[in-house]
Amino acid sequence: MLRQVEGSRAVAETVARCRPHVVAAYPISPQTHIVEALSELVGSGDLTACEYLTVESEFGALSACIGASAAGARAYTATASQGILFMAEALPNASGLGLPMVMTVANRALGAPINIWNDHSDALSQRDAGWLMLFASSNQEAVDLHVQAFALAERLSLPVMVCMDGFVLTHAVEEIDVPGQDEVDAFLPPFRARQWLDPDEPVTIGAMVGPEAFTEVKYLMAHRQLRALDDVSQVARDFAAAFGRDSGGLLRPYRTADADVVVVALGSVLGSLADVVDELRDEGLAVGALGVTCYRPWPLDEVRRALREVPRVVVLNRAFAVGSGSILGQDVRLSVPAATKVHDVVLGLGGRPLTHDVLRRLVLDVVAGQVGSDTLTFYDLDHQRVATELARELADVPSAGGAS
Amino acid sequence: MSTTPLKLYQVGTFAAGNRLLDPDERTVQSSTQRASSITSGHRACRGCGEALAARVVMDAAMRAAGGRLVTVNATGCLEVFSTPFPESAWQVPWLHSLFGNAAAVASGVAAAMRATGRDDVRVLAQAGDGGTVDIGLGCLSGMFERNDDVLFVCYDNQGYMNTGVQRSGATPAGASTANTRPMGAGIGNAFGTGKSLPRIAMAHEIPYVATATIADLHDLEAKVEAAMALHGARYLHVLVPCPLGWGSDPSDTVRVARLATQSGLFPVFEAEHGTVTRVARIRRRVPVEEYLRLQARFRHLFGEPGRPDVVAALQAQADRDIARFGLDPEEES
Ligand SMILES: Cc1ncc(C[n+]2csc(CCOP(=O)(O)OP(=O)(O)O)c2C)c(N)n1
Ligand code: SF4
Ligand SMILES: [Mg+2]
Repeated sequence: MLRQVEGSRAVAETVARCRPHVVAAYPISPQTHIVEALSELVGSGDLTACEYLTVESEFGALSACIGASAAGARAYTATASQGILFMAEALPNASGLGLPMVMTVANRALGAPINIWNDHSDALSQRDAGWLMLFASSNQEAVDLHVQAFALAERLSLPVMVCMDGFVLTHAVEEIDVPGQDEVDAFLPPFRARQWLDPDEPVTIGAMVGPEAFTEVKYLMAHRQLRALDDVSQVARDFAAAFGRDSGGLLRPYRTADADVVVVALGSVLGSLADVVDELRDEGLAVGALGVTCYRPWPLDEVRRALREVPRVVVLNRAFAVGSGSILGQDVRLSVPAATKVHDVVLGLGGRPLTHDVLRRLVLDVVAGQVGSDTLTFYDLDHQRVATELARELADVPSAGGAS
Repeated sequence: MSTTPLKLYQVGTFAAGNRLLDPDERTVQSSTQRASSITSGHRACRGCGEALAARVVMDAAMRAAGGRLVTVNATGCLEVFSTPFPESAWQVPWLHSLFGNAAAVASGVAAAMRATGRDDVRVLAQAGDGGTVDIGLGCLSGMFERNDDVLFVCYDNQGYMNTGVQRSGATPAGASTANTRPMGAGIGNAFGTGKSLPRIAMAHEIPYVATATIADLHDLEAKVEAAMALHGARYLHVLVPCPLGWGSDPSDTVRVARLATQSGLFPVFEAEHGTVTRVARIRRRVPVEEYLRLQARFRHLFGEPGRPDVVAALQAQADRDIARFGLDPEEES
């Protein structure tokens, strides 16, 4: 049933409907409303048979989830920004041990400088940690992806991250259909761990593996990740059949057929992007958008197919690899023919608004040849401010001779 | 405060072995029914105190838990020597995640057991001193503060042995380690007291804190049993000599542990809810020198010219702890 509710609250209620046994979380903006709501749902008895651990850090939160999952319980945590970095050591541990669990990332910038607002630097910094990474384009999709994430995690015995834009989604109040208990129960079977710390059948989990078998273990991990692409699609299809709406899956193409320009993006910007596409199509420009819902594993074949005939691709990067270039853009470049022009654009960092006007101007500038395709473009940069600062730095540099 | 009464089994100069006791007073370890939680064939060094302690602790805990026990192990010697893939020495469900998170992982396991209605399964976490007093302290303090139902056991060999004997926050003053070598007038490990995690644990007012050594297996087993009889956060700190890191003879492991307690450098006691409830009085007090001289890590203190000042400072530390915990044999009533 549709109702006016804050994104965080809707996600918390949905997580509760998934019946986690253990929730362990450490507060950080903009994730706080999710974990506050969950503590209330456990405290009020709405969510029963669940232990809510108020841990001392994000490292502790994820570690507790690792213990819980290895003990055969359904585990959940949520974080953002500095919090995911504080977890960093435990992230590949959870995936390496093949432990299913779900984590919400309320996407936020990484410091320094400290900044609580939305971009994708936090999640993308952990893109190689072996977790499945799903990006929500709306609050409805965020809700739906959590149900799918538990199903995927347990089917694959891998951890799944659901990314939703901090504030833009987490703190937005809108009409959302939060699934009911019966619906979720029918979709998500009780968790049966592949192996768990069972006193009746003792197992050793987390042994030391040397050069003689390490590569094989890692290969099998990579293999399972790639196979997960089929499961992501299948679970989305099952979800559509059960809930009557499209959510999740690998990609979210919007009017990409015959497009001359396709804008690729992650997350909630897809809504505004679709409006811009409609507007520009009305004005006679063949523009489309491609949302990437499943960022890890990277759906290489599907992206290839979606962009094969597209001469110009614009990639909206809301995070970048310092000293190297883009992140999402690099994945896209590997997925398009050499002749395709890829306009790699960084914008919307640290909460800088990605408005309809900015997006419209960007597409028009690309079409007008104003945006290069061989370098990373900081599209919403205040050039004047940067030039002033650079000039000052230059003036401050002591001359090679020393004394001045 | 009461003191642990002398028991017939106590060994050392006053040896009266296990075999003289009633069968049901004998150690778990001497029983053919013991769980053998860690089987032989692992890769610990000869005379490893940690291997010995872990075996005794686990078997006693297994007995107390009626076999319904899960263990979480931090990275360190114990983890590495017991699980060279594809082998495992563990006959109990065992999970190793990382170096610094054993307490939090164990909290997660305990929460999982509770939430899924398997409360009968008990949880024991174990780590070296590094995984306890240094990198694992944040998670451990959180586990204590929440009073999670976990028994955390620290095997204290006073250094990072697994990585080649570097100092830890529990390394005693003056000891030579791979990264605090005595040089010139330098003394080795900087002068301090080493973190006393038992006292830090007591400050959390958790139900049970105890120290023990591998020199008294009866006492060690009794403390595991006492800890297992309680619920909530419990902490057991076991001194385990490391022949490789301490430069002691592998056949002297038990002797060195005993001298640590008899010198007063390692007080053996029990505490409940932040208050010391029992101490093991020293029966034959020895100068710290007797303990230090058996270990190459302190050799530089006794050469020419030697560092009598450092030995004296260590003696003062022992005297202070003897007074603090009331361990003096003379005061015995
Ligand atoms: C985050 C992290 N830092 C460092 C290490 C390297 N490391 C592994 S074991 C260890 C020392 C273990 O010392 P301790 O906990 O006292 O156990 P011991 O080996 O002495 O029994 C270190 C430093 C690691 N595995 N992980
Ligand atoms: S280095 Fe020390 S603690 Fe490690 S196995 Fe050898 S004796 Fe045991
Ligand atoms: Mg150690």
